Amino acid sequence: MGEGFFATTLDKLVGLGRKNSIWPLPFATSCCGIEFMATMGANYDLARFGSERMGFTPRQCDLLMVMGTIAKKMAPVVKQVYLQMAEPRWVIAVGACACSGGIFDSYSVLQGIDQIIPVDVYVPGCPPRPEAILDGVMRIQDLIGQESLRRRGSDQYKALLESYGIQ
Amino acid sequence: MTNEHLKNRLTEKFGETLSGFEETYGMLTAIVPAAMNLKVMQFLYDDEALKFRFLTDIAAVHYPDRKGEELCVVYHLHNLMDNVRIRLKAYIPIDQPDIFTATALFSGANWMERETYDYFGVNFVGHPDLRRILNVDEMDYFPMRKEYPMEDPSRVDKDDEMFGRGGSF
Amino acid sequence: MSENNIAPHAGHHIKLSDDSLQKTTTTLNLGPTHPATHGVFQNILEIDGERVMSAEPTVGYIHRAFEKIAERRPFSQIQPLTDRLNYCSSQINNIGWQTTVEKLVGIQVPKRVDYLRVIIMELARIADHVVCNSVVGVDTGALTGFTYVFQYRELIYEIYEEICGSRLTTNIGRFGGFERNFTEVAWTKLNRFMEIFPKGWLEFEKLLNRNRIFMERCLGAGPITAERALNYSFTGPNLRAAGVDYDVRVASPYCSYEDFKFDIPVGTTGDVYDRFMVRNGEIWESMNIIRQAMDKVKELDPNVYHADVPEFYLPEKKDVYTKMEALIYHFKIVMGETNILPGEIYHAVEGGNGELGFYLISDGGRTPYRLHFRRPCFIYYQAFPEIIAGGLLSDAIITMSSMNMIAGELDG
Repeated sequence: MGEGFFATTLDKLVGLGRKNSIWPLPFATSCCGIEFMATMGANYDLARFGSERMGFTPRQCDLLMVMGTIAKKMAPVVKQVYLQMAEPRWVIAVGACACSGGIFDSYSVLQGIDQIIPVDVYVPGCPPRPEAILDGVMRIQDLIGQESLRRRGSDQYKALLESYGIQ
Repeated sequence: MTNEHLKNRLTEKFGETLSGFEETYGMLTAIVPAAMNLKVMQFLYDDEALKFRFLTDIAAVHYPDRKGEELCVVYHLHNLMDNVRIRLKAYIPIDQPDIFTATALFSGANWMERETYDYFGVNFVGHPDLRRILNVDEMDYFPMRKEYPMEDPSRVDKDDEMFGRGGSF
Repeated sequence: MSENNIAPHAGHHIKLSDDSLQKTTTTLNLGPTHPATHGVFQNILEIDGERVMSAEPTVGYIHRAFEKIAERRPFSQIQPLTDRLNYCSSQINNIGWQTTVEKLVGIQVPKRVDYLRVIIMELARIADHVVCNSVVGVDTGALTGFTYVFQYRELIYEIYEEICGSRLTTNIGRFGGFERNFTEVAWTKLNRFMEIFPKGWLEFEKLLNRNRIFMERCLGAGPITAERALNYSFTGPNLRAAGVDYDVRVASPYCSYEDFKFDIPVGTTGDVYDRFMVRNGEIWESMNIIRQAMDKVKELDPNVYHADVPEFYLPEKKDVYTKMEALIYHFKIVMGETNILPGEIYHAVEGGNGELGFYLISDGGRTPYRLHFRRPCFIYYQAFPEIIAGGLLSDAIITMSSMNMIAGELDG
């Protein structure tokens, strides 16, 4: 049996509400952080997508925007911040370093944050233009808008988290 | 104060213990025995005509082919009043890489020496807090030495053949 | 003289466990992720009420092993690495690297290239100081300045985009000059920036410079004396705020800086307000230098934008397709097979934060044998515990942002 008429339109309604009021957690480590500051500024304006309030505490945020290189020393901190976020939570990896290690194929750089946390959208670039970051946020909005309300409790999602060692 | 004058002052004070005087791109370089690094820097600091009272940088270089002298600790000093720079090099063996710390003379040497320890394993005798600064604390080797690779050897997501190293080509 | 030279904070960090009966302070962990630390570095503070008793910084959270990577890259491929050191003013790092290698190899660049490089570097310095000062404003509560002033940074980005294609980490210029000449559009944008920016910056200054709230907040916060600053090997605006007028552009001029007339703003107490005012002054001096450079460039041949060094500078595409030597040079440069003369050189430029030095040892191969970056941010951050000891916690926060800690340069 399908989800039923009321359940699907409820999904869409909740999705509409969620996607237009994302509160991001800017986890800016390096150069991509400066492009994020430009995205937040008046020219490219992330606030018009509903992200007016940049929360810096994981407990209150929906979207973890990892911007910049994550070194192996920093990896436990990223994982801790991700664990402190409440469901539903999404992750966007901004910049080549967060996606795959970028130009730093060295012993001290984590080759992409998807080694430690599940990532929803990857925004490549070094640094990506503010338009690209906005495009990434719009892809997240598409994902959020179409997400089923039961996803977070489903077995597939649990298996995904298990594969990262997250309970 | 020219480099010639500087070299003369150093040889008249320290004689034959300093060697390897070279002038590269306008900067005088001198090789100092490891045990005398503080004496030479203190002389350059205190002397009223020389006044090298600014430590620009401390770095190290690994020469695996120079047996018995594999690590070279390089000090760059600067006399801000007369605008003269000098480079001092001290060679130390890799099985006992001890050299005196400069933190008593220059507070800025603290983190510079910790970085050199972190990268090469140079033991600065007398340093107040010699531990790793940039790499993770659990790291058990000194990564900038020539025998260690740049990449993380345990990574599985990159195909070395595509990057022009290893593989079957 | 010598009683001041022992590093006072070393070993003085209060390291008592929480159940110890002698402990009178609270341990507070600031960072590595924190909205006010603009970058990733951690400080474990021991505070007594609001007063900071001691601090222990931990860095290395963005250690990318530049020096190890540089030993494996040909010289022209190291330039994008230098971009990522102080990424707010990455053009200064690029041109610093180019001038180091040109000095090692003995390339003489034409005057016009020098003046164009000066324009690019001073724009980068303006951009860096704009970020730092507006962030000091944000940390004291004045968020408006940040949003208004970032528009001018967008104008600078547009100028860089016109010249090299990229906004922030630009990889601008090549050994011997620039990859393409400045176009008409670039000059138009530069002229427009020089007209608009002074008015905008004056607005920002009127908001904060003589603002009583801002002054009372910042005067006396996080001071450092000139003797301690010199002993800690401070350089750049932080040293000039303490009263020492050391500027690499004047002491060891590079890129024809000796042809320009400019002042060096100097403070007295080295506190947050002095650092803020020194950076403001440097922005006006940078604009002065850019105007002089634009006038000087008008008198030179407009078609010259690089030196004639075929071993390092890519030949024109039409020659590559028709002439044999051009093809060989192109191949060697792109594949990084150009051998650099053996030698050892230390070259410094005045970066946004101070003396950015490149210690390069070449053994005659295609990659450096050893490349060490003298990063000013790393060196002056070790003074941070001494500067904030005894002050209030909120003063520690604005001291951190006024010292312009750029994490990329801190860890490298």
